[in-house]
Amino acid sequence: MASSKKNTKGIINWIDYRLPVVSFLKHSAVDYPTPRNLNYWWNFGSLAGFFLLVQIITGVILSMHYTAHVDHAFDSIEHIMRNVNHGWLIRYIHMNGASFFFIVVYIHIFRGLYYGSYKAPRELLWWLGILILLLMMATAFMGYVLPWGQMSFWGATVITNLFSAIPLIGDSITQWLWGGYSVDNPTLSRFYTLHFLLPFLIVGVVVLHIVALHTHGSNNPLGIDRKGPQDSIPFHPFYTIKDLFGLSFALTIFFAVVFFAPDFLGHPDNYIPADPLKTPAHIVPEWYFLPFYAILRAIPDKLGGVIAMFSAIFVLFLLPWLDTSKVRSATFRPIYKILFWIFLIDAIVLGWVGSKPAEGIYIIISRIATLYYFLHFLILLPLLGKFERNRPLPESIGKPVLAE
Amino acid sequence: MNLFTLSFLILSFTFSLISADKALKPEQYPFSFSKPLGKIDKNSAQRGLQVYIEVCASCHGLKHVAYRSLEGLGYNKDQINRIAAQFQIDDLPNEEGEILKREAIYSDYFVEPYENYNAAKVANNGAYPPDLSLMVKARKDGANYIRSLLLGYTDAPVGFDVGEGYYNKYMAGNVIAMPQPLYGDDVEYKDGTNASLEQEVNDLVTFLTWTSMPDLEDRRSAGLKVIFFLFIMTIVFYLSYRKIWSELKK
Repeated sequence: MASSKKNTKGIINWIDYRLPVVSFLKHSAVDYPTPRNLNYWWNFGSLAGFFLLVQIITGVILSMHYTAHVDHAFDSIEHIMRNVNHGWLIRYIHMNGASFFFIVVYIHIFRGLYYGSYKAPRELLWWLGILILLLMMATAFMGYVLPWGQMSFWGATVITNLFSAIPLIGDSITQWLWGGYSVDNPTLSRFYTLHFLLPFLIVGVVVLHIVALHTHGSNNPLGIDRKGPQDSIPFHPFYTIKDLFGLSFALTIFFAVVFFAPDFLGHPDNYIPADPLKTPAHIVPEWYFLPFYAILRAIPDKLGGVIAMFSAIFVLFLLPWLDTSKVRSATFRPIYKILFWIFLIDAIVLGWVGSKPAEGIYIIISRIATLYYFLHFLILLPLLGKFERNRPLPESIGKPVLAE
Repeated sequence: MNLFTLSFLILSFTFSLISADKALKPEQYPFSFSKPLGKIDKNSAQRGLQVYIEVCASCHGLKHVAYRSLEGLGYNKDQINRIAAQFQIDDLPNEEGEILKREAIYSDYFVEPYENYNAAKVANNGAYPPDLSLMVKARKDGANYIRSLLLGYTDAPVGFDVGEGYYNKYMAGNVIAMPQPLYGDDVEYKDGTNASLEQEVNDLVTFLTWTSMPDLEDRRSAGLKVIFFLFIMTIVFYLSYRKIWSELKK
């Protein structure tokens, strides 16, 4: 036994001397110094990575059975559901995995907003995160088109039509995206290609996201820099076990949905094959797009709506400079803390009106909520940094009690 | 998008909004599968298959369902072959290049009632009878909706113009192109069950729930085991987490 263990060690050393994978892992996943005070909201980064992996693995398996052709796409999904061994499980995991990926990422983003994780020196880390979100949105949108149900087709029609709002070249761009004069077979097959390609780009950006993270380390609930080694603990075993506990808990909820309410987050109309001659009563995107859909429809002008919708995400790129306060954590920013919760409610209200028809009171609500969304970033945050008096910051992470 | 299509879209959109309000919410019925761990009542589903074959199948297809999958309802291969043999299906081209009909067998999919989409439309006053394979999943609260719809035919209120259709309080817009298909005693059940209208409808909906979700029972029983396993694993990880972190507090 002892000699075989020694041999194993010899082989690992031999490899590591030539290709330092083991010392790399040891450096960035085992010994990696992490703030000792991270709370459960810091679980969601690794959870997001896990769901990305789930999507890629189930997606690759589904792609072996799926047919990207307007005449066969819908039927090939039913083939997966009925004839492929455990195909229903793989597909339900993939369908709901997309939703859970977004849930986890949205929580991850709101954690960053609350604790000021976007502030210096983590601005590029934040940017890479938003880039991941944009890629996720593109991937999820194109993935939803693949089953070629009614919502697939009409969702694709509505969203691709947005580009026709661009002055002068809009119509040409839309036709170029379609590969024809309407959403049709060329659109489906290019969406399939891109839906397969983009996740691997996401993996690339995730690697950069982690490199940027490990350059200055995690932010923490107090939002202050670490003063010395007493403020850190090694990632393993402390955060590996905490992440595993969080993962196990999240999987319990995830699989409860997959096994007992797999269609809860979807729309029944997508079990009707796409029919270009029949418009569904309400065309609604997947739930994770609803806040942005509400912003799109809140503006009475088509081009204005499109600009507002994209601005709602691009304003996040400016956030590190719009928020003028030097204090990171909302714990020590009494007014920002309130604004954070109002903003969260605003985002939920936007999601809710996004699911309602654009008429009557819903239009008014969506306009107020849209206005507030931009007011929060463009007016309130820049001003707040100048006027807000923060509570005294603790001296160090190891001794937060002194400041209480 | 030109002005015409735009105004058409807006009109049909507005119409569907107005009409959607008039449909009643489906009545909630306790099917064998309604509870989270419920199962498909096999006897009821078998009777539902009989209703489908003797009544619905003349207009509605079931194209995603293979006869072989009826094993999931408790039939054996011989019984399935006998069920399939009631239907004629296009054979492969013979040596002369002619396509002849043959009896359907175990490995075929449910035979479509019409040669093609247009033939189905023209035989039904221009309204295409939708495929029923996925109907329960393709409607909100599908099982209750279909049950309510099939029981929901009444005379139109005075002054309500149904045009070429029929009045139904559960249909969006209250006008449905399909005449009332079931009245009770439309079939003679092989197991002697009294074929009242409600019995037929419940059986049919049970059968259609199975065609929409043939995975339902496997899914639920596997789900129970998975959730149990994850629950235990979560506790183990939580205790390990507490144990490992307790060293920090010292």
